[in-house]
Amino acid sequence: MSGKREFVKNKVGRRVPTIVNGKEQAPFQGAGAYRPRGVKHAPPIRSCRDYPPSGDKRVKDLKTALKKCGLRDGMVISNHHHFRNGDKVALMVLQAAAELGVKDLMWFPSASFPCQEPVIDLMDRGVVHHIEGSMNGPLGKYTSYGNMKGLGVLRSHGGRWQAIQDGDVHIDIAVIAAPTADPFGNADGSHGPSACGSLYFALADSMYADHVIVVTDNLVPFPCVPWHIQGNNVDYVVEIDSVGDPSKIVSGTTQITKSPDRLLISEYVARFMRDAEIMRDGFSFQAGAGGIALAFVEYLRNMMREAGVKARFVRGGSTQFLVDMLREGLTDYILDGQTFDLAGVQSMASDPRHVATSPFTSYNYHGKGNFASMVDAVILGATEVDVHFNANVVTHSDGLLLHGIGGWQNCLDSKCSILALPSFRDRIPVVVDEVTTVVGPGDLIDVVITERGISINPKRKDLLKAVKGSDLPIRPIEEIKDEVERLLGGAPEKPRLNKDKPVAVVKWVDGTIIDTVWEVEK
Amino acid sequence: MSRESKARPTGKPKSKARAKPAGKPRSRRKPEAIREKEFAVKNAGAGRRGDDIRSDLFVSVTVKKSGGIDLQVDSKVGAFYGASIRETVGSVLSSFGIKHAAVEVEDKGGLPFVIAARVETALRRAGCTGSALPKRLFTPKTRSARDRLRRSRLYLPGNEPKFAVNAGIHHPDAVILDLEDSVHPDEKDSARLLVRNSLRCIDFLGAERMVRINQLPLAYEDLDEIVPESPDLILIPKVETAGQVREVDARIKKIQKARGIKDPVWLMPILESALGIENAFDIAAAADTVVALTIGLEDYTADLGVPRTKQGDETLYARLRLVNAARAAGLQAIDSVFGDVGDMDGLRAWATRSRALGFEGMGCIHPRQIRPIHEAYAPTPQEIEKALKIVAAFEEASAKGRSVVSLGSRMIDPPVVLRAQRVVATAKRVGLIPAGGGGEKAAGKTGGKKRE
Repeated sequence: MSGKREFVKNKVGRRVPTIVNGKEQAPFQGAGAYRPRGVKHAPPIRSCRDYPPSGDKRVKDLKTALKKCGLRDGMVISNHHHFRNGDKVALMVLQAAAELGVKDLMWFPSASFPCQEPVIDLMDRGVVHHIEGSMNGPLGKYTSYGNMKGLGVLRSHGGRWQAIQDGDVHIDIAVIAAPTADPFGNADGSHGPSACGSLYFALADSMYADHVIVVTDNLVPFPCVPWHIQGNNVDYVVEIDSVGDPSKIVSGTTQITKSPDRLLISEYVARFMRDAEIMRDGFSFQAGAGGIALAFVEYLRNMMREAGVKARFVRGGSTQFLVDMLREGLTDYILDGQTFDLAGVQSMASDPRHVATSPFTSYNYHGKGNFASMVDAVILGATEVDVHFNANVVTHSDGLLLHGIGGWQNCLDSKCSILALPSFRDRIPVVVDEVTTVVGPGDLIDVVITERGISINPKRKDLLKAVKGSDLPIRPIEEIKDEVERLLGGAPEKPRLNKDKPVAVVKWVDGTIIDTVWEVEK
Repeated sequence: MSRESKARPTGKPKSKARAKPAGKPRSRRKPEAIREKEFAVKNAGAGRRGDDIRSDLFVSVTVKKSGGIDLQVDSKVGAFYGASIRETVGSVLSSFGIKHAAVEVEDKGGLPFVIAARVETALRRAGCTGSALPKRLFTPKTRSARDRLRRSRLYLPGNEPKFAVNAGIHHPDAVILDLEDSVHPDEKDSARLLVRNSLRCIDFLGAERMVRINQLPLAYEDLDEIVPESPDLILIPKVETAGQVREVDARIKKIQKARGIKDPVWLMPILESALGIENAFDIAAAADTVVALTIGLEDYTADLGVPRTKQGDETLYARLRLVNAARAAGLQAIDSVFGDVGDMDGLRAWATRSRALGFEGMGCIHPRQIRPIHEAYAPTPQEIEKALKIVAAFEEASAKGRSVVSLGSRMIDPPVVLRAQRVVATAKRVGLIPAGGGGEKAAGKTGGKKRE
């Protein structure tokens, strides 16, 4: 890192750097305020004459492909995270690069997982300079203690597309692991022994990277149908033994929470949606695969049946529970960003009403609109939420960076964004006076539902009015915070952070910096 | 507080380094070797440890003669509450007047009152005398009435802190902090202090605060610790004679008198044997603080030597006998628990039948059992409708000075009116009689957030 780092205070009052990894940055200016101008980024012009007319782009191995792509020091390498904790390809690529002797790569995954812990070794050896993507678990800890050379950059799924489109990130080589592909490079996520659902987290990479490599363990003769990734964007195809561990790609079953307290939260969410009349014929919602979200879907389904109400669409991450709704006719469509269990994978592969969506259609700031703002309600989690309704999903209250953003920020654009979370975990407060890291601005967070009551953002007078007279426990958020602090023995101590040393920045969906993650003092 | 327990029947120090005999005054001058031996005089541990432990801690204490306080804290929440943990431990030590000790805390997120209870237990196990009441965080606004609703009572294991904190949010009519069967015999001392502290620090959100004590004579130690915290009701287990109830009642009143506590502590004897059932009426009438009788069916069926079934034919006689005895003494009859948490239909069937037999409530072993129980013990809509008509007819007749009440072409007898009045009263208490029209809501009340 060179030069003196400057900081400015942004719209949510957080100190953020003006330069990150040598690039100038804009501070967060309020949701929807920032509108960059200019022309979208583009990959170099290619000619079909330079590619084999047979359509066969196979090369013998990954190293050969990387060399043909002109791999050299300082390049940006991207991967997708559709194989989640079962992914083998990202590590394979970075280790191959290490063997080829290159240094200072920037790794640009759409998300990282604990299985990628060995990237720490590659960072120690100087092969990888820094990561722009999610930093989960061990990678987050490594970053938090100030061990990474560059600054980590955390982006949402939509923000990643935005950064690629407006040129904030230029991908040199995209390596796309595919459960099924043909020699031309058409690639599909929904079939094959390592089926994971869609491949759309890699779609922008395939369109905007200088070079694109498809890696598969299930090569089929042309054409590979459907093609989530178009071979027309692909330079090389590599066949390997296994792209991932199927048992870790999808969980097989996703479990509803058994905790009575969390079940109560889930029920409050469903009742809130019913009583506020968000649940009505033709409505839509999005819920993740966490225990609370799954249980919520179960409660809501029963209420929908009772009321004779049907959704127009639900948004995935899909699970067995959403698939059941589709089959039962409680929703017309599943618009699915990723599949969390086998039922989701199978349904997407076989049911035309179960549609794969990309971060472009769902979330992108530079699109001419996106789906997120059309969703009636979204149910999300968080590590912390504060009395200003600001929320955190990336760090814990001790300051450690442990999670990525995923689609969380993008979803806040829904007509009603609901955080469903316990007010404390053991002796760790979740409802606090000020979040450690602002990832979502309070302006966009409408409802906080805990086991100790439901707080509605005072800005949403319409919601307050809608549930007036219902028997839901509606309470000011300060009251819940005070109650939790009384129980836990006062306000928690603030984390010991080195506020002179940023280790990562959190981008808002528009590319501005909403907060800084600081080094945690040991 | 004066403690008269000499020999603690259970709750021995777990530590291998057993406490030395209580230190009697000895001669001032001693060889160096003996001083060295004296250095660590009392050692004990309390609490729980292991990977699956949550919201609890393990404390080990070595009380010394010199060297000050050496406090080692290893806590999952050290980053947020490290200072608070040290302060809590320090305040318990100072309440006991201990100035020299080595204390090790292995904490998995225990709340302050849990930490205090564990440290106090360890100190007592090490042979120290004293008490360290945590600051009271909560005082119930109202005392429980003799005849309050007792449809559901949620059992909470007395030595497990993690369930009690949020028990109130599920709105059972009562919680039972259990010192008896859910607590290992070696942990009775530990549970007693945790339950005492829970009564001071947890807001059960209007649920009646019940404590199930152990059988006599262990019950005395429980009462000494618990009664000063004014629980609403004490469940007395395995009662077979009226004398047992009177002993407990006398002890409670003695403790209350000594402390100037006026509010009554209600009693609910649990009959769990054939003999107990035979003596049901005597037990019901044993003391003026007895408000309800209940039955423990696991022990009762064991006493009979028959398996317990989901239909409960084998316990029908006992349960009916108990209902009759309770009603004869003007008390509530409360049913046992339904043990299969996964079988909601079975639970509903049991509770519906139980209400039909005359019971007014039953126990819960999981929060998810609460709602079905409340629904089952509530009058049905048909019952309420009929009762309202009868009560209205009765009031109309009274207003007109008629002694005969009739509804349509039928004459209504006084006991029918009485029963109808009770149904209406219950329906009002559980909020089933609507208070004015519901009103229709317009579709689509919410707009959506404003955007730039």
